[in-house]
Amino acid sequence: MSIDFAPLALLLLFPALGVVFHLFFGPHLGRHAVNVVGPGVIFAAFAVSLWALARLLTLPPGAALRLTLWHWIAAGGFRVDFALRCDALSAVMAAVVSGVGAFIHLYSVGYMHEDEDYARYFAYMNLFTLAMLVLVTASNLLLMFVGWEGVGLCSYLLIGFWYQRPGYAYNGRKAFIVNRVGDAGFVLGLLLIAGTLAGGGVLSFDFTALAAHRAALKPVAGAVCLLLFLGATGKSAQIPLYVWLPDAMVGPTPVSALIHAATMVTAGVYMVARLHFLYALSPAALLVVATVGALTSFFAATIALVQTDIKRVLAYSTISQIGYMFLGVGVGAFSAGIFHLYTHAFFKALLFLCAGAVIHALGGEQDMSRMGGLRRALPLTYWTMLAATLAIVAVPGFSGYFSKDLILEKTLGAGAGTLWLLGVVTAGLTSFYMFRLIFLTFHGETRLAGDRYRHLHDAPPVMAVALVVLALFSVGAGWVGLPPGFWWGDAFARFLAPATGALPEAAAGAAVGALAQLAPTLAMVTGLVWAWLFYLAFPGLPALLAARLAPLHALLWRKYYVDEAYDLVVSRPLFWLAERVLGGVVDAGLIDGLVDRTGLAVETGGELARLSETGNVQDYALVYLAGAVLIVGYYAYLVLR
Amino acid sequence: MSPGVLAAVQFSWLAVLPLGIVALAAVAVLLAGARAGQDQGEALGWFSAAALAAAALPVLASLGRSRLAFDGTVAVDAYSVYFELVILFASAMTVLISLRYVAEMGLAPGEYYALVLFAALGMMLMAAADDLILIFLGLETMSLAVYALAGFARRQARSAEAALKYFLLGAFSTGFLLYGIALIYGAAGTLKLEPLRAALAAGTDHRTLLLCGVGLVLIGFAFKVAAVPFHMWTPDAYEGAPTPIAGFMAVGVKLASFAAFLRVFGLHLGALAPTWTAVVWVVAALTMTAGNLIALAQQSLKRMLAYSAIAHAGYLLVGMAAGSNEAAGAILYYLLGYAFTNLGAFAVVVALERRGVEHESIADLRGLGARAPGLSAALALLLLSLTGMPPLAGFVGKLYLFKAALDSGLVWLVVIAVLNSVVSAYYYLRVLVAVYMQEGGVAVAPLAARPALLVAVGAAVLGTVLIGVFPAPYVAAAGAALRSALSLSSPGPLALIAR
Repeated sequence: MSIDFAPLALLLLFPALGVVFHLFFGPHLGRHAVNVVGPGVIFAAFAVSLWALARLLTLPPGAALRLTLWHWIAAGGFRVDFALRCDALSAVMAAVVSGVGAFIHLYSVGYMHEDEDYARYFAYMNLFTLAMLVLVTASNLLLMFVGWEGVGLCSYLLIGFWYQRPGYAYNGRKAFIVNRVGDAGFVLGLLLIAGTLAGGGVLSFDFTALAAHRAALKPVAGAVCLLLFLGATGKSAQIPLYVWLPDAMVGPTPVSALIHAATMVTAGVYMVARLHFLYALSPAALLVVATVGALTSFFAATIALVQTDIKRVLAYSTISQIGYMFLGVGVGAFSAGIFHLYTHAFFKALLFLCAGAVIHALGGEQDMSRMGGLRRALPLTYWTMLAATLAIVAVPGFSGYFSKDLILEKTLGAGAGTLWLLGVVTAGLTSFYMFRLIFLTFHGETRLAGDRYRHLHDAPPVMAVALVVLALFSVGAGWVGLPPGFWWGDAFARFLAPATGALPEAAAGAAVGALAQLAPTLAMVTGLVWAWLFYLAFPGLPALLAARLAPLHALLWRKYYVDEAYDLVVSRPLFWLAERVLGGVVDAGLIDGLVDRTGLAVETGGELARLSETGNVQDYALVYLAGAVLIVGYYAYLVLR
Repeated sequence: MSPGVLAAVQFSWLAVLPLGIVALAAVAVLLAGARAGQDQGEALGWFSAAALAAAALPVLASLGRSRLAFDGTVAVDAYSVYFELVILFASAMTVLISLRYVAEMGLAPGEYYALVLFAALGMMLMAAADDLILIFLGLETMSLAVYALAGFARRQARSAEAALKYFLLGAFSTGFLLYGIALIYGAAGTLKLEPLRAALAAGTDHRTLLLCGVGLVLIGFAFKVAAVPFHMWTPDAYEGAPTPIAGFMAVGVKLASFAAFLRVFGLHLGALAPTWTAVVWVVAALTMTAGNLIALAQQSLKRMLAYSAIAHAGYLLVGMAAGSNEAAGAILYYLLGYAFTNLGAFAVVVALERRGVEHESIADLRGLGARAPGLSAALALLLLSLTGMPPLAGFVGKLYLFKAALDSGLVWLVVIAVLNSVVSAYYYLRVLVAVYMQEGGVAVAPLAARPALLVAVGAAVLGTVLIGVFPAPYVAAAGAALRSALSLSSPGPLALIAR
């Protein structure tokens, strides 16, 4: 059942107006106008998304809101509408994207107040939010792809926002190009779907139509799911395409918060949940999703153990947490994956905004080895960041606890013991590197140079508001999804269930032992203890260990040399091919040579033909006569034939 | 005399009224010129232009009729109206372009303008004649006047040489044409085109005579439109002739020759089409290729334009080879755009010439873009139209022409034509490179003193743009002209050639 709901248009209209305003009027109307409009349009979109959510709650389960804005493509029997569809899944996503996005915008007002280019900044931020909202509310796969590409473009624009600084534009390009690799997979998947369905006479990309005709897609489901998942690994920074995300932090810190929490990286998880009916057709593809998720989760967590750049640690933690989400959807617990996406959005946004507050206070310093003891100087930042940390490491009662434990429980319930173990170990690693971050930054003696410590100021009010609100959500947002039997139980999953479905075995939720239930929490406590030992009790220990295990430390420090390997295996051969073979031999040699020689031949032909023009009238008459003889001869031939 | 005969006689005289106006004006200018001094030359020029404009009125008045006059020797149809108007326009443009040129170069104005008018008279006769002898008469009237005009700067050795070469080869060619007409007469027993058409449809016993005659007439026309291999005189003649006359030769002579060529071959020798389209195919390919290739190698602007005129004759012959109604309509449309564009290009060259300042080579144009921005922009636009750049007249003309040829199945000829178009872009754009991207060249005085010339350039630019951007009315006019000519003889289904 779906009912028309015109206000959905406002969800896109507000950010779109913001983009237009900032591009064309922002620079002229000045900073105050931009400061109001920039966050204002996103708050307005957030209000619309809450309206849609409220409307959905009044409808029976499984209902959806819809709105066709215009006919987009029409060719023969093939038609694609620019149409929005908002079911429970889309409503949750839209609320998270616009809600978290709104507070990040608000925070940006304070964070960017010294930047000259604030209008351009807010134009891109609005566009980013707009693209993500298109992605999550699109009623068909093609329109979703528009949003998919839109967030890719915006991430490029924002990561390279300070393009004047050397190397920053490079990182923007890296994000874009790595994403293109994934997008190629996405497009191929899309075409495979279209081709297969067209063979059966179905000319539609509508999600409802895809779901209705999924039987026709059964033979190609595995390939389709894997191709689309390749796109997801690009957008959501999973193995093998995660390399762009750590470098994406050169953008302004609120941009990192937006990319890591509300937009972009969640797109892949959303896509898998949205197409759950396709993934359900291919257990093999789901296994790949779950395995890639678990491996990425573990792998990124190990890298985060040794990094000293505060934003880099958070970047790897994002990769790791997204890994959990894929683990969740991969074992068929689609709503659990989305639940973690939802809680993660709050605490990861908060972590980045807190890191931004620290960096802001320290005048651009990002290296934790030069921080320490900031607890007393930046109390608000400390307490809010601590709340976010307790949430991400899954301390019972905090939001991350509910979602992460649910994923691990479902994993074990689905019988994937190895992946479960990997998830539990990762939970311990997460706890270790997050408390390491807190201890290095806020505890111990300060390592700031000179008397800078005494001049530190905590976040200004406009930033503080965002921190406090997000902290409240980081703590409490998980309570909508309690384990079954406690008060209202898993209301979140019940609300999503009609939209995401679940694999029978995951839904059954096989009995999980009490020890297994406790294991993630035990791992978390272990990580906390080790972090305390290393960074508070015995601060000399890390250096000692790093020296003893130098090769291992180097391996983690250099991020498993993956960037270097990609450079060697992919970039260099490609550049060699482009410069030497295609550029040098094919273009300069073959094509240019062909063109040049053609021109030369024509020109020479002209010079030679010119010689016929002797200036001698007798010669002219002779040529004339020759031509006449040929023509008359031809006619004679016609006659005599 | 019965009323019907009287009406026919009146109609006949009305039909040649435009010709009469031009002829009388020519005689008047000649007589007045004998007495007038050099300083009254411009007045004579304005008078000539006015006479040409006046002649257009009765031409327009006869629009809508489609009849034969003078016992079936002169056609009064939209076809003749179309060509006569374009010829009158081209002649008037030539006069406007010449006004200051004649004065500055010290040419005798009376004789000059009288010859232009006589040439126009011959051209109009060629467009209207429906009789081989009358066509020949028009052709000779035109040719003799143009020979004289080519050698008009008689103190210059080059001008005299141009006239002599043109005349010698022209006389040579006349022999072919006249002999061909004689053979056709011998085979068909008539010189009038309508009966000739009927005779061919009925079949003739003298096929040998007829075909040889057709071949010889074809050669005669090929010479007049400067098709390869009968083109050798063209560059020498254009280069030596006074520049406005070179433009007149490139446009007026070509217009009249194609008018007659198309009427004789396309409209009336359609029954023999398979024999002559094959020849025209080869001639078209040769003409395009030779014209464009040799144009590449030219350093002189006038010689380059001469070869470009040869190349354009080649494109038009593609339409002749196609031999369909669409192709004939495309030829008419193409000639209109070509008249505006090419006259404009020659007008720009005239604007740059001064006594004692040889503005001959393309290298002299270097840096013109900075010295004369308006004139350079006009030249750029006209040359781009000659290249075939959308949305200008040259592009639309080529489009219709080539499309018609494709529809007739001449794929390879169109391939050759398009490749030639590509080649032509090089030498046209080379001029623009010199104008806009290089420095040096020869400085010229400002053009403020040449209003008539500026009007001519403006009209050419405007026409080139309008005909290209809004082709529909002109295409419609060309189509109506063709239908009108066809309906003279065959009220049945309209078709040039029954394929």
